[in-house]
Amino acid sequence: MTAPPDDCLARNEWICGEYLSTRRDILLDAVGQHLQLTALSVLIGLALAVPLAVLARRWGWAAGPVLAVTTILYTIPSLAMFSLLLPVYGLSEALVVAGLVLYSLTLLVRNILAGLRAVPEETRQAARGMGYGPIRLLLTVELPLALPAAMAGLRIATVSAVSLATVGAIVGFGGLGNLIYSGMNTFFKAQVLTASVLCVVIAVAADLLLLGVQWLITPWTRAARA
Amino acid sequence: MNTLADAWDWLTDSAHWAGDDGVWHRLTQHLVLTVVCLVISCLIALPVALVLGHLGKGGALAVNISNVGRAIPTFAVLVLLLLTPIGKWGEGPTVVALVLFAVPPLLTNAYVGMREVDRDVVRASRGMGMTGRQMLWRVEVPLAMPMILNGVRIAAVQLVATATIAALAGGGGLGRIITAGFNLASTPQVVAGAILVAVFALLVEAVFEVAERLAPKRGAR
Repeated sequence: MTAPPDDCLARNEWICGEYLSTRRDILLDAVGQHLQLTALSVLIGLALAVPLAVLARRWGWAAGPVLAVTTILYTIPSLAMFSLLLPVYGLSEALVVAGLVLYSLTLLVRNILAGLRAVPEETRQAARGMGYGPIRLLLTVELPLALPAAMAGLRIATVSAVSLATVGAIVGFGGLGNLIYSGMNTFFKAQVLTASVLCVVIAVAADLLLLGVQWLITPWTRAARA
Repeated sequence: MNTLADAWDWLTDSAHWAGDDGVWHRLTQHLVLTVVCLVISCLIALPVALVLGHLGKGGALAVNISNVGRAIPTFAVLVLLLLTPIGKWGEGPTVVALVLFAVPPLLTNAYVGMREVDRDVVRASRGMGMTGRQMLWRVEVPLAMPMILNGVRIAAVQLVATATIAALAGGGGLGRIITAGFNLASTPQVVAGAILVAVFALLVEAVFEVAERLAPKRGAR
């Protein structure tokens, strides 16, 4: 009979400081991959969603199909989405990013479109009366006024992307999900808990960051209240 | 396009539909899991939401709970539960995780629906001498029904999606076909499984869509 080991790694405890210090590099790599996956997919999603929403706003008939298609994509479970894209991208980081982009599209398009639709007709007419062309109207009046609604969508999309990225572990590119997956197979409790907590921390931090960005880029909403 | 043809061959091979790993068995598991969890979640969330909505209390809680739920990765919760003593009860971790993620949309939608009922209508029913219980069942719940059902629909679709992820953590359901395909390095099976899951999820969404269209329109005029 040996004495119980005084090492929390050997005792396989949930919370283990030893784990943090010995696996720092693995954790940092996973966090890096996680941030890269989510940032890339949300940015690409945004780059696709803005034109789609503007098109749907300009031509009313386009709104139905755009919303229907993005909603259908959102309904498909993430594991299935990653698998369906497998023949196109193979086992790669691009596969996970593509899947996450398709998810963020629904949330972003809906919110940006709602923001654009909420711009009062009087405001648009006033801008037109001041000689604004359609492009200038869009860039300097409509899009800025749609910002609060768009930012709300962006925050939800980012938080969802952080948590969905973990499922990318199925193809080996899931950031912190990889650690959760391998921790599950080896019953490594400290690794699973640490990676899960880090996921939530990243999601909350990203949300707060975007809230700060929104505060900075929409100064007029503060002036109105003061 | 070759992969799609291979996936089609996989789907049309009757050997893949029979047995414990077959499509029928996995489909049944997925359906049972979804329905059982939806019923449990409704039994937990709806009474709480209706009572809070009726009393007009706890609104911030109901709405915030939904936002917090989004930040927590389903997969992480599944694995965490699997490693706790709950993991020994077979489908236990899956059911707990699924219910955990279906409750927030149900709670939020039902609560918001209850609060959006026109206050004048509620006051009128009180003026007619209705008791609190009568107001709840005859006025507030019927008027809040569209929002409540919308919550049920979101919860159902979320359950289908989460039940798929359960396969990563050793649970049953259609996701198992995909994970087994990955383990066998069989792309046709992975894609065939993904098609099955996608079709199932879209069917669930479509069933709710049709039910909503057919339901009697109350208060829409």
